[in-house]
Amino acid sequence: MSPILEVRDLRVEFPTRRGTLVALDGVSFSIAPGEVLGVVGESGAGKSMTGAAIIGLLEPPGRIAGGQILLQGKRIDNLRYDQMRRIRGREIGAIFQDPLTTLNPLYTVGDQLIETMLTHLPISPAVAKRRAVEWLEMVGIPAAAQRVQSYPHEFSGGMRQRVVIALALCAEPKLIVADEPTTALDVSIQAQVIALLKRLAREKGTAMMLVTHDMGVIAETADRVAVMYAGRIAEIGPVREVVKNPQHPYTAGLMASIPPLDRRVERLAQIDGAMPRLSAIPQGCAYNPRCPRVFSRCAVERPELLDAGTTLAACWLHAKAMTDA
Amino acid sequence: MPEPAPFVEARDLARYFDVSRPVLQRLFSGEGRRILRAVDGVSFTIPKGTTLSLVGESGCGKSTVARLIVGLYPPTAGRVLFDGQDLRQARAAASQRRRMQMIFQDPYASLNPRWRVEDIVAEPIRAFGLEKDAAGVRDRVGALLTQVGLAPQDGAKFPHEFSGGQRQRISIARALSSSPEFLVCDEPTSALDVSVQAQILNLMMDLQRRLGLTYLFISHNLAVVRQVSDTIGVMYLGRLVEVSPAETLFQAPQHPYTRALMEAIPDMAMAGHARAPVGGEVPSPIDPPTGCAFHPRCPLANTRCKVERPELLVAGGAMVACHAVQEGRATSMPEAA
Ligand SMILES: Nc1ncnc2c1ncn2[C@@H]1O[C@H](COP(=O)(O)OP(=O)(O)OP(=O)(O)O)[C@@H](O)[C@H]1O
Ligand SMILES: Nc1ncnc2c1ncn2[C@@H]1O[C@H](COP(=O)(O)OP(=O)(O)O)[C@@H](O)[C@H]1O
Ligand code: SF4
Ligand code: SF4
Ligand SMILES: [Mg+2]
Ligand SMILES: [Mg+2]
Repeated sequence: MSPILEVRDLRVEFPTRRGTLVALDGVSFSIAPGEVLGVVGESGAGKSMTGAAIIGLLEPPGRIAGGQILLQGKRIDNLRYDQMRRIRGREIGAIFQDPLTTLNPLYTVGDQLIETMLTHLPISPAVAKRRAVEWLEMVGIPAAAQRVQSYPHEFSGGMRQRVVIALALCAEPKLIVADEPTTALDVSIQAQVIALLKRLAREKGTAMMLVTHDMGVIAETADRVAVMYAGRIAEIGPVREVVKNPQHPYTAGLMASIPPLDRRVERLAQIDGAMPRLSAIPQGCAYNPRCPRVFSRCAVERPELLDAGTTLAACWLHAKAMTDA
Repeated sequence: MPEPAPFVEARDLARYFDVSRPVLQRLFSGEGRRILRAVDGVSFTIPKGTTLSLVGESGCGKSTVARLIVGLYPPTAGRVLFDGQDLRQARAAASQRRRMQMIFQDPYASLNPRWRVEDIVAEPIRAFGLEKDAAGVRDRVGALLTQVGLAPQDGAKFPHEFSGGQRQRISIARALSSSPEFLVCDEPTSALDVSVQAQILNLMMDLQRRLGLTYLFISHNLAVVRQVSDTIGVMYLGRLVEVSPAETLFQAPQHPYTRALMEAIPDMAMAGHARAPVGGEVPSPIDPPTGCAFHPRCPLANTRCKVERPELLVAGGAMVACHAVQEGRATSMPEAA
């Protein structure tokens, strides 16, 4: 199946007074219909930046300085603002962390759903009205027929986030970019929202990029995972493999530092040090100052994503030996 | 085995907030006062050198308990005992007050951005007059920064020059600067990435072992809580519904809410599988359900649950507030975790 989204060698730069910061470099991945790609990594790794570049909402002066973004085979990285705005909403749905910033407090949730559908779909107001109720039912709002008349502030946080999901999905986009959609929610509500997102993506064949730093959410939702570090993809592969059998030392460190739920440990595994700032990314492999398996090559040459068997990992440990027979 | 003497004790603590609309508006609409019972009848004890954790959904009253325990809020009812003394008396004397400190969730908001790190860390030392001269303060600040994994030279910098994890280290150094024996930590790692969280949790556990600290630890992350706690209290709508030794709680959770919480945790071992969500919404603490506040969401609720509030009673090596558990009909719940 040809992918819905394809990102090729994406590079994002921020010109500053003290020189150009490279926020993303050589980022490549694709997402198939009905597939959920999880994107994880420490704060500042470039997860949100990747999502913003895809939906054409990079904050100035940030700009795409290289590479391509293709939606169903057509480039969208070089579109004008108004062209891109039509694609957002119609073909790409965006869900952000804070439901209150997405919802308009002055309109009922029903009117917001109807408005969105009428803007993007060739349907009559009567049909839009009926579908608004159906969408609220679909995202699990009880008594949807009445609640469609409610204003956002009359809903709890979890319900508002479900309305945001309905809004992002009601124009039936091909791609959903969700940036920390459940971070502001409780674990209990989180589970409801995640289950819902996943089911809807499956049913509608929507491709989904799910950005979060919560590995638990990724483990249960994503089909594949991309692990980001210092503006690059460190490892990408099927969720089970990345979680259970990581091939990049950073992924391994990250997984090991998650407190286990099923037992108490004497001491948590920790990665010493911190992720470098964009202005001070080390030469060679960006992880080399913290890597327990660093060797001579790591400090000079930067590794590309290499075949690591079950996943792709940007690590010299997976370079084929020169004498490979 | 005799119970160790409690170092910190909460007795029937309550804190209500008046969230009524202004008087004039109320007169016109004929509506009465609205009282929000953020914390309602919470009791627990923390033996010296141990950690009690509070868990529960957002808004259930965890932070309010924390603030009551360090005296940032006066209680509406009940009392706090600190090392055998009433908290009000304990807080009257600086020599007692310095024995307790609090660490907050947000390492960005809790540090004054205009102050140098050394002044932030030194503030309690100066406030309590713990060092005689400037050199003494400087040495003590340097030692504290070293203790939390920073360098004495970092004292000359400002908070914005540090990452989230480093800022939380600064908050911890500040909290430790008055040599407290009791620390209240409200979601100390919730704003941090897992890799940074591991560093901070290890640091807190090392400090507890080395300095014999007593912790009240608040988190919504059960995996984190399992690593740090001796005892765990599960809160729902301002009340404790289960208080249990940590291992007992994880091996045999009893209250239906505790079980639902455990089911709702994303399980790393289950990559690719869905978890069971706790159905329904958290009800409002302004107008809590009658009887057992969990009854609208509880699979075991019956008519008794709707009218009679269950007391926190001994059950299976823990304290549980649930009729079904007391009546022995809670065994039909699916096994958790
Ligand atoms: N100063 C206040 N005035 C009015 N209501 C308050 C006040 N402080 C807290 N509340 C209310 O009391 C209840 C308990 O709040 P609290 O901050 O203790 O919750 P929490 O368990 O710490 O939640 P979270 O996990 O979101 O931090 C909530 O309903 C909250 O809205
Ligand atoms: N407006 C900006 N100017 C310069 N750098 C920025 C700007 N916005 C974000 N960055 C930097 O880009 C990097 C990636 O940020 P982001 O994508 O938000 O990270 P994540 O979502 O993974 O936490 C970070 O180092 C961040 O500090
Ligand atoms: S390339 Fe070298 S430094 Fe980088 S992760 Fe692999 S082994 Fe470690
Ligand atoms: S008292 Fe009744 S409603 Fe409350 S938790 Fe127990 S069984 Fe459920
Ligand atoms: Mg982000
Ligand atoms: Mg709180």
